[in-house]
Amino acid sequence: MARTVTTRQKALNTTLAWAIGLLIFFPILWTILTSFKTEGQAISDPPIFLFFDWTLENYAIVQERSDYLRFLTNSVIIAVGSTLLGIVVAVPAAWSMAFVPSKRTKDILMWMLSTKMLPAVGVLYPIYLLFIKLGLLDNRWGLVVVLMLINLPIIVWMLYTYFKEIPGEILEAARMDGATLREEILYILTPMAVPGIASTILLNVILAWNEAFWTLNLTAAKAAPLTAFIASYSSPEGLFYAKLSAASTMAIAPILIMGWFSQKQLVRGLTFGAVK
Amino acid sequence: MGRITLDKVTKRFGDVEVIPPLDLTIEDGEFVVFVGPSGCGKSTLLRLIAGLEDVSGGQIRIDSKDATDLPPAKRGLAMVFQSYALYPHMSVRKNIAFPLKMAKMDQAEIDRRVDNAAKVLNLDSYIDRRPGQLSGGQRQRVAIGRAIVREPSAFLFDEPLSNLDAALRVGMRLEISELHERLKTTMVYVTHDQVEAMTMADKIVVLQAGVIEQVGSPLELYHTPRNKFVAGFIGSPKMNFIEGETAAQHGAHTIGIRPEHLTASATEGLWKGTVSVSEHLGSDTFLHVHDTGLAESMTVRVGGEFPVRHGDTVYLTPEADKIHRFDEKGLRIA
Repeated sequence: MARTVTTRQKALNTTLAWAIGLLIFFPILWTILTSFKTEGQAISDPPIFLFFDWTLENYAIVQERSDYLRFLTNSVIIAVGSTLLGIVVAVPAAWSMAFVPSKRTKDILMWMLSTKMLPAVGVLYPIYLLFIKLGLLDNRWGLVVVLMLINLPIIVWMLYTYFKEIPGEILEAARMDGATLREEILYILTPMAVPGIASTILLNVILAWNEAFWTLNLTAAKAAPLTAFIASYSSPEGLFYAKLSAASTMAIAPILIMGWFSQKQLVRGLTFGAVK
Repeated sequence: MGRITLDKVTKRFGDVEVIPPLDLTIEDGEFVVFVGPSGCGKSTLLRLIAGLEDVSGGQIRIDSKDATDLPPAKRGLAMVFQSYALYPHMSVRKNIAFPLKMAKMDQAEIDRRVDNAAKVLNLDSYIDRRPGQLSGGQRQRVAIGRAIVREPSAFLFDEPLSNLDAALRVGMRLEISELHERLKTTMVYVTHDQVEAMTMADKIVVLQAGVIEQVGSPLELYHTPRNKFVAGFIGSPKMNFIEGETAAQHGAHTIGIRPEHLTASATEGLWKGTVSVSEHLGSDTFLHVHDTGLAESMTVRVGGEFPVRHGDTVYLTPEADKIHRFDEKGLRIA
């Protein structure tokens, strides 16, 4: 017998889902609203939700005080660069783990994942010293490498699961057809894994974009991305909530818009293989 | 040319020896079928020849050149897989052209060969479609097309028809046989279906647990099986085996008699039994006979229609010169 879902249950589920969704979204909404308030209204008690004097003043001030475009450029280079570099490294790694696994493959995958459980600050000191030695402090390419390494376990894991779904016989057919390993990966595996690779790229761009610990610690002025841009507006006294909110909105807007337009791809990629 | 020689080839997966040292020669232009029950090592053997698996010992020679350590691409062989293994993101044309592109052939030659293969296999009408838009039979044809354009020294088929429905299977079986007649290229074909083996092969290799039980032409295997396993595996329905006193009368541990070498009568004969099931195919009737005191169940093939039902008494008589005799080890007594 098919399971029956009553209209009441459906309505209840829908309400609950919306409630959770709004709860998660509320801080972002509040930040965006606050960015349009004056500093006074931003800290008013009780807080004002919608009925305040909408102003663009904060955006103007933030724009005047700091070079948004430079931060944005750095963010784009660091997020996209680290992700693409990660893909280049992870595709062959995931290929070998998915198609020529050894007894230790599972252990290696778990070990890679375990590095994500290490508090980042635990390796801050050695990495900081390495950066000084290599002259990479406040350098965008240094950050590209660090963020690539930070997200590599996730990229490898995601690609590994997608590659697992590709029948090995197709790759064997390519081998019989005379494809070298490079051609096999380039012409057969990669095009077949495009949906998976695309969502891996999307997710990792978002992760790298939002990464704050390393970007704040390893940059100063030249290579600072949007996370540093936000941080520069937070004052210990908490006096400039509206400007901080405006800066935050400007920093998250690009990734929010990208996420919105690619949500279908993202969801499809993340559930790839779950349903055949 | 396409002469393949296996010299003491072995394969181990970890501690498990799936193929003990094995010798086999496949002559140029031959259609050789590896047949055996699932897990007998026939696919592994094919993959060793292809180079998709590494041998654990021994040597593989292709046209008297040592190919043991050559990668698959360098062996000059083409393979058709059970799952077809077409490239889903490429059109039929690109699928077929892929091996030629990998061989860095020039575009004019690629086009010429692809068009030719498409014509031979009747692929013209869907040459620009993707594999996902094709039926099983069409996909199989594309897979064969991809194999023939390379003009390989031998074709390897790994159970290519087992994903097709019965009617299509018979059609494709004929097409592959015709292709072999036309190309005269060596073909090595793996199947668990003894009908495919019998109808297509010049030479059948019967395998069990990685060991070659017998090599021979289909009719050699049918008429003079070397042991009980081959006798039981080749031929459909299966050969009847009788042990005990009746076998001893023939000076054997076991005697075997094929269903088509027994005659059935409602009135008289050597052995008496009861009909358990009768299968009426129109052209033939298969009787499954119990209570003969010889074996649990005996199968008889009667030409045409034979009007008996469950529970009827029936008499069976073997053709004396068609009785196969085996000793206690299951080997044929000449």
